[in-house]
Amino acid sequence: MDIPKDKLLWIYERMQLIRVFETRVSTEFGKGKIPGFVHLYAGEEAVAVGICAHLTDADYMTSTHRGHGHCVAKGVDVRGMMAELFGKATGICKGKGGSMHIADMDKGMLGANGIVGGGPPLACGSGLTAKTNGTDQVTICFFGDGASEQGTLHESLNLAAIWKLPIIFVAENNGYAESTPAHYHCSVENIADRAAAYNMPGVTIDGNDLFAVYESAHEAVARARAGQGPSLLECKTYRHFGHFEGDAQTYKIAEENEKYRTELDPIKRFKDAVLPRGLISEDELAAIDQRVNAAIDEAVTFAEDSPFPEVQETFTDVYVNY
Amino acid sequence: MAERELNFGEALNEAMRQEMQRDPKVVIMGEDVAGGADVDHLEGDDAWGGVLGVTKGLVKEFGRSRVIDTPISESGFIGAAVGAAATGLRPIAEMMFVGFMGVCFDQLLNQGAKLRYMFGGKAKVPLVIRTICGGGYRAAAQHSQVLHSLFTHIPGLKTVVPSTPYDAKGLLISAIRDDDLVIFFEDITFGGIKGVVPEEDYTIPFGKADIKRAGEDVTIVAIGKMVHHSLTAATELEKQGKSAEVLDPRTLSPFDEETVLESVEKTGRLVIADESHPRCNVATDIAAMVADKGFDYLNAPIKMVSAPHTPVPFSPPLEDHYLPNPQKISEAALGLF
Ligand SMILES: Cc1ncc(C[n+]2csc(CCOP(=O)(O)OP(=O)(O)O)c2C)c(N)n1
Ligand SMILES: [Mg+2]
Repeated sequence: MDIPKDKLLWIYERMQLIRVFETRVSTEFGKGKIPGFVHLYAGEEAVAVGICAHLTDADYMTSTHRGHGHCVAKGVDVRGMMAELFGKATGICKGKGGSMHIADMDKGMLGANGIVGGGPPLACGSGLTAKTNGTDQVTICFFGDGASEQGTLHESLNLAAIWKLPIIFVAENNGYAESTPAHYHCSVENIADRAAAYNMPGVTIDGNDLFAVYESAHEAVARARAGQGPSLLECKTYRHFGHFEGDAQTYKIAEENEKYRTELDPIKRFKDAVLPRGLISEDELAAIDQRVNAAIDEAVTFAEDSPFPEVQETFTDVYVNY
Repeated sequence: MAERELNFGEALNEAMRQEMQRDPKVVIMGEDVAGGADVDHLEGDDAWGGVLGVTKGLVKEFGRSRVIDTPISESGFIGAAVGAAATGLRPIAEMMFVGFMGVCFDQLLNQGAKLRYMFGGKAKVPLVIRTICGGGYRAAAQHSQVLHSLFTHIPGLKTVVPSTPYDAKGLLISAIRDDDLVIFFEDITFGGIKGVVPEEDYTIPFGKADIKRAGEDVTIVAIGKMVHHSLTAATELEKQGKSAEVLDPRTLSPFDEETVLESVEKTGRLVIADESHPRCNVATDIAAMVADKGFDYLNAPIKMVSAPHTPVPFSPPLEDHYLPNPQKISEAALGLF
């Protein structure tokens, strides 16, 4: 499937933006600038970007604790995201949510989520809204291999199927739920095989192959927009960092870790695919890299320079009316 | 010989180890309680030993059939722990963070808590659920909650909130030997707290408060982390010429009314420090009890120091503003004179 040039450039920029964002978050966390827990998305960029390449701001997304990449792919402002991680008043959620709760309703981004399996029922909700309103908006529901063992996911797959909701359930199978391998916690080798139980299409793909993700997502999104109901797309991938910052990762297989950080890295593979075919030039990539680095530097400066929220903010936003 | 000190997590770990040695029916289950299940190069050893390392090393001693990693299926494994307890095992289930109780609430509220009653006393559920609670870790709204009040409300559940390594070990051993469903709350900020802990196994009875500091002028009933804040506040109050008695109930259900009433009879003043939200919490419960049974002892209104009626904010200055602290407690106490 051919991807138009401007889309290819967008894809590279978004993947690189996620990578540099996450790498920088790791550094800033190490310096003690970012409080709390952070779960980094680096290594899984092709999944979020290959899917979001088919979306507009009007489409919805539910996310996970590992949500920074989903947000960036959906077009959430990296300055507001960085400031949120720093707990600043200029953060996308005023500093009240932090890494696990980044949300941007204007971009259809219905929140990262601190509760594993918290997202799928919400996705059924936005799917129901779109269906009821008769729009062609779709919802992307990202969840991890670990989340595929939550009852909420199974209930949501069934709901989406019987109501024919415009949802693409995206299993990000990175092989582990915290320190527990998927081959232990999951009864099937491929999570997408479970789609059959809910009477919806299910495919398993190489989630580090941007082109495979793009193509499968194209089909699933088209199906959802056409009112034909949900699909389950499983993307096999790998996280470069630990479960959260500070994880010693003794459960990982060293050679596998190394391989995913080098030859199987999704950004490297993307470059290897586009450069020899002349689809994008080295110069174009370099220009994007420069822009991305500048954007992340700027985001960190913005976050650092921003004030903390006023303490009175502690008491606002609990209710609309009270 | 110098008395041995352990930190909070080590005391819990030792309690579980000794109980597992004593009773083969005691099993541990939860997410990453060992970690690294079926990872060949670990050769059965753990990868994590729980998110804070509290169960570290236990899988090596007891094996994976007794230290059981679960999938992320809280309804499933908490319900399974209830069912296993009702049929002869004595599980210690770990619910990583108390906020995740939201996922498995039916298995607690409608199953575990009520089986015995509904079955006319023919079942028992000797299950301990250990869970992390509390703010101060910048972990935001879903991972910083203090929900002991919610569980204390439910008949059939016992609730335990230790504040020191000594209490943690003795109370956990009691919880494991108890034939009812016990929810055991471990404050996330307690990792660094050290204290003297005897090497042998020992129990601390439920429903028996501990006077953490004796005093004459005001009683501060404090729960969990608030015990430490209240001891700091008591030092400040001392400087102001007021002698505070700090009382740690240790278990909220059952609750030691007698010790609280005796203390208030002596001091005539009561402050209750609870990191819960302020509505329908354990502090309001204690206040109502004292107003009912100890009204004549009081020389001043009862004061409560709690978190506000908002979720826990992420941003550090907001979270600091949100949380009760020693200053808020000492100010509340001084306001009674
Ligand atoms: C209901 C619930 N249970 C447990 C956790 C703790 N936890 C956070 S992330 C995680 C693992 C998630 O694994 P997976 O779904 O595969 O996502 P990944 O981290 O690999 O992206 C766990 C157990 C949680 N946040 N919520
Ligand atoms: Mg995973």
